[in-house]
Amino acid sequence: MKIDEDTVTKIAKLARIKVADDEKAHYAKELTAILDWAEQLQELNTDDTPMMTSVAYNTLPMREDNVSDGGYTKEILSNAPQSDFDCFVVPKVVDQG
Amino acid sequence: MSKLTELTIEEALEGLKNKELSAKDLARAHLDAMEEHRDLNSFITETPEIALQQADEADKRIAAGEAKLLDGIPIAVKDLFCTKGVHSQSCSHILDGFKPEYESSVTQKLFDNGGVMLGKTNMDEMAMGSATTNSYYGACKNPWGKKIGVDLVPGGSSGGSAAAVSANLALGALGSDTGGSIRQPAAFCGVTGMKPTYGRCSRWGMIAFASSLDQAGTFGKTVKDNALLLQAIAGHDPKDSTSIPGDIPDFSSMIGQDIKGKKIGIPKEYNAAGMPEEISELWKEGAKMLEKEGAEIVEISLPHTKFALPTYYIIAPAEASSNLARYDGVRYGLRVEGKTLDEMYENTRAEGFGAEVKRRIMIGTYVLSAGYYDAYYKKAQKVRTLIYNDFHSAFANVDAILTPTTPSEAFKIGEKQDDPITMYLNDLFTVAASLAGLPSISLPIGLSKNKLPLGLQLITAPMQEEKLFNIAHVLESAADFKSKID
Repeated sequence: MKIDEDTVTKIAKLARIKVADDEKAHYAKELTAILDWAEQLQELNTDDTPMMTSVAYNTLPMREDNVSDGGYTKEILSNAPQSDFDCFVVPKVVDQG
Repeated sequence: MSKLTELTIEEALEGLKNKELSAKDLARAHLDAMEEHRDLNSFITETPEIALQQADEADKRIAAGEAKLLDGIPIAVKDLFCTKGVHSQSCSHILDGFKPEYESSVTQKLFDNGGVMLGKTNMDEMAMGSATTNSYYGACKNPWGKKIGVDLVPGGSSGGSAAAVSANLALGALGSDTGGSIRQPAAFCGVTGMKPTYGRCSRWGMIAFASSLDQAGTFGKTVKDNALLLQAIAGHDPKDSTSIPGDIPDFSSMIGQDIKGKKIGIPKEYNAAGMPEEISELWKEGAKMLEKEGAEIVEISLPHTKFALPTYYIIAPAEASSNLARYDGVRYGLRVEGKTLDEMYENTRAEGFGAEVKRRIMIGTYVLSAGYYDAYYKKAQKVRTLIYNDFHSAFANVDAILTPTTPSEAFKIGEKQDDPITMYLNDLFTVAASLAGLPSISLPIGLSKNKLPLGLQLITAPMQEEKLFNIAHVLESAADFKSKID
């Protein structure tokens, strides 16, 4: 298996998704099956092939580095689960130790 | 004049212009039809107040002789588009309660052109799926299922939009297509669906799935209606750096012209082993129809076709894992508390995302992680170049490519859910054009043995939408799908 339960634990941590212990075997099986299927790409020799990151038909446009918009504190916070003093509120991250 | 909900956009515009009908009557007729067909679950939010107000304004403009391009036309909008003050959740629980404070560029353009919004349509969560069974709001039903007494999927991810047009609940609809999410449901529901060139429409205000692939597009009853809708939503937007600069062409300009001497490519690799007989028959029939209209049918080769699907299912989840990192329970949507910040993130994302979305985030995270990036993500990006080059070479010799849209007819709700890859195979014929950013359209051509619609797909080189609509319109007339329905 490409993905064992320890790897599932690692990926879940990176992705910040809580995965219960009894779900891990299922994830391991499914993710391995998808990666095994994608293995067929290795049949191709791509040593001299460039990567394609975009199909956009323009180069990145340039503009003056000016403030062109803003001042939406109220609107931005309007959908926040919790806010106070014009800020998003999150669980305490500073160790009080 | 036939029933208001049975009109095409083209006919409705004519009726509005000649004062044979009003935008308000049109809106009311569709709102009534939506209510009557709530069992389809194609709309997850209805917006009658907005529709009637926009219709009222449209009527005033029409009366004053100031009608806009789509003035008074009732449209269904996929839940993935941010619409100010209206439910916009990409049918995910993670965006619980989210009401945007702004309007997406595409819907803003639609409204600026007089479009009337009927409501937001059902879809696979975060546009990930091919059946609209992954929605937090429950599965959407294909209107064709009713005719044969079975609950069928409408396809996905834009299943609600396709079903709405198919059941005459809207004259047209907006969708988004990342790997086939407009074309596949259009084929399953017997309507016409179009994905333009990557960059034709602004992605600003579209809830992101895979940014190098996501593109807004349209559903309509006819090819011409799709061209009209695209005219209303396309165009450069400084808020999206990948949107194509310059003015948009008149997308309908070549509709009605003949296709004598046009070369249509038939890619031999699409004729993979196991293609159902009725699909390959339909494909041959479609080619014959175009040949009869004076086109030259040419066999072509797109050698890397079979690699398109695995390439897509590496690249799209990779981009998704990055895009969906924004859902953290802090700025909008669902929050599930935890003792620490990390625990809050993990609890929120575990509860807020459905199974398929989590699976793709996990795959995407893995293929982007240290040690696996080269073997999977980088490899897939390189194969994407090969797939793009295949099309580039083919279009040196042909005007358009004809393929089936889907490998099957619409299937039953609950089928193909056992393992993810079986569901992914639905996108077999649509992902390659997405990876190459090409404009493509699916239109209904015939019926299967079970009396369900089957579609064919046309693809052209980038920025050749006019030619795409031209050839599609000829095929539409030749197939005369409407006459095949009882």
